[in-house]
Amino acid sequence: MSPGRNLVGWLNVTPLLLVLIPFFVIPICVVLAVSFVETDGFGGLYPVFTLDNYAMLFRSDLTLRLYAATLKFTLLTLLFTSVIGFWVAYFLVFHVRSKLIAMGLFLVCTVPFWTSNIVRMISWIPLLGKEGLINTGLQGVGIINEPLEFLLFSSFSVVVAYVHQLTIFMIVPIFNSMARIDKSVVEAALDAGASRLDIMRMIILPMSRSGIALGAIFVTSIVMGDFFVVKVMSGGGTASVVGAFYEDVGVLQYPTAAASAIVLTLVVMLLVAAILRVVDIRKEITQ
Amino acid sequence: MSGAKKTSRKSGTPRGNGRPWTFYALAGFFTLYVIALYGPMFSIYLLSFQDLKGGLVFPMRGFSLHWFEELFMQTRTGDFSGSFRRSIGLAVLVTLFTVVFSFTAGLAFRKRFWGDTAVFYLMIASLVAPGLVLGIGIGIGFNLLGFQTSWYTSALGAQLSWTLPFGILVMFAVMSVFNSDWEEAARDLGATRWQTTRLIVLPILAPGLVAVALFGFTLSYDEFARTLQTAGPLNTLPLEIWSMTLNVTSPALYALGTVSTIVSFFVIGGSLYLITRIRRKRAASTAAGE
Repeated sequence: MSPGRNLVGWLNVTPLLLVLIPFFVIPICVVLAVSFVETDGFGGLYPVFTLDNYAMLFRSDLTLRLYAATLKFTLLTLLFTSVIGFWVAYFLVFHVRSKLIAMGLFLVCTVPFWTSNIVRMISWIPLLGKEGLINTGLQGVGIINEPLEFLLFSSFSVVVAYVHQLTIFMIVPIFNSMARIDKSVVEAALDAGASRLDIMRMIILPMSRSGIALGAIFVTSIVMGDFFVVKVMSGGGTASVVGAFYEDVGVLQYPTAAASAIVLTLVVMLLVAAILRVVDIRKEITQ
Repeated sequence: MSGAKKTSRKSGTPRGNGRPWTFYALAGFFTLYVIALYGPMFSIYLLSFQDLKGGLVFPMRGFSLHWFEELFMQTRTGDFSGSFRRSIGLAVLVTLFTVVFSFTAGLAFRKRFWGDTAVFYLMIASLVAPGLVLGIGIGIGFNLLGFQTSWYTSALGAQLSWTLPFGILVMFAVMSVFNSDWEEAARDLGATRWQTTRLIVLPILAPGLVAVALFGFTLSYDEFARTLQTAGPLNTLPLEIWSMTLNVTSPALYALGTVSTIVSFFVIGGSLYLITRIRRKRAASTAAGE
């Protein structure tokens, strides 16, 4: 490593750092600082050190319930997106024989990602609503007499919206890691008498692990940091960690909001760090 | 649903011409996924073309452009045109910065340099940090410094802290196909570092840079959590939609969705067109060169 190479490297990441330091590092430090001060309750901050904001947070039952609700959504979304993402990617890589068709179908999966998530979320309302397509359809056929209430403005619709938005974050990395599997390895395994179940278990699953991990990082951080989907799709009935401190901000309780924000950030970072232990993300994406 | 597909059989002819049964099962699964992906979107596009009697659910009542007119008239539905223009402006700014900064950072990360791992994980941390937390931090920070938050300062920075890591990850994927021998060859022939970047690296990576631009634009155009506390007094489009989902219960909401999607499709189509054009031009010029 010559000094020249270091200089060039640092010069090239300077623009990145000029964004990350004022708009990521400093804001997090500001939130951290605010979480340790007192407030007059009207948005004013007193520079007096206190741990009350954290004490209040950890003593409250609400905190636990909020985290339980948010983690439940995260786990359910992870489960559905990874299962759907895995099989979609598997189909495209191992079952579609023409490369061109596989790329075309892959593009079909990715196009909605480029459109507004919010619009895609509200698009479930005419389907799942009390007088929505599914309810009227089922009633029309005579399967149900009363409209199913749980379809919209419920935990169900929240998970549907998350899965709808985020499955793409699983498909792309899993597709990438599966595309790198050497087909001749699979052939060799078949020649050696492996069943297709063996191949799935011993070749494809282990080699897609990094893709699943990368997808899990995206899904976890997005669901944990979201409050928009929960708020709209649960009809306001379900709170989330972010939603709760957003309300604190609304009533100018900055220090309590900041304490909650710091705890959430730590939780998300720990979860991501746990996933990163499974996979060396930098090696995976640069190789 | 998936359990049934997991159990694979030894029988069948995996390498013969016949398709294994899993092909049909997964093809069905894939089709269902695509229907679930696009179906809901089409329902709101349809419902946005209702007339005055229209509601939020099927059946469709009448056919007109009434709700689109309402949208642009800025009546009950809020400041749609203004927020739309700001969102486009912001997305263009974010795209420019994202492309240039991701490109230079991508160049940097190709080689190891002292402290590169720290910068890399700082970037990952910025990607996964809850958006609203950053938004609040930036909002309070601007307040403390006595600056007014606005979409072209604080919101721009807030969005870049999320689009840049994304753009750089895409850049990694793009650069994994880049062969550094080409660069060395240029240097051996006497090209300066700047000439090598401009004449060799940039043209080769051009399609990938268009992809980064597409990411930058669409992520910004749709950004909500980081923008909420940083946009200042004037809303961007997602913020406008957010307030509409809370107040507006007319198909105007769907009309907004339709317009927003049309813009997205133009951006996607334009990017794909640009990528294929660059590729075709390159193929033509290499053919001519031989």
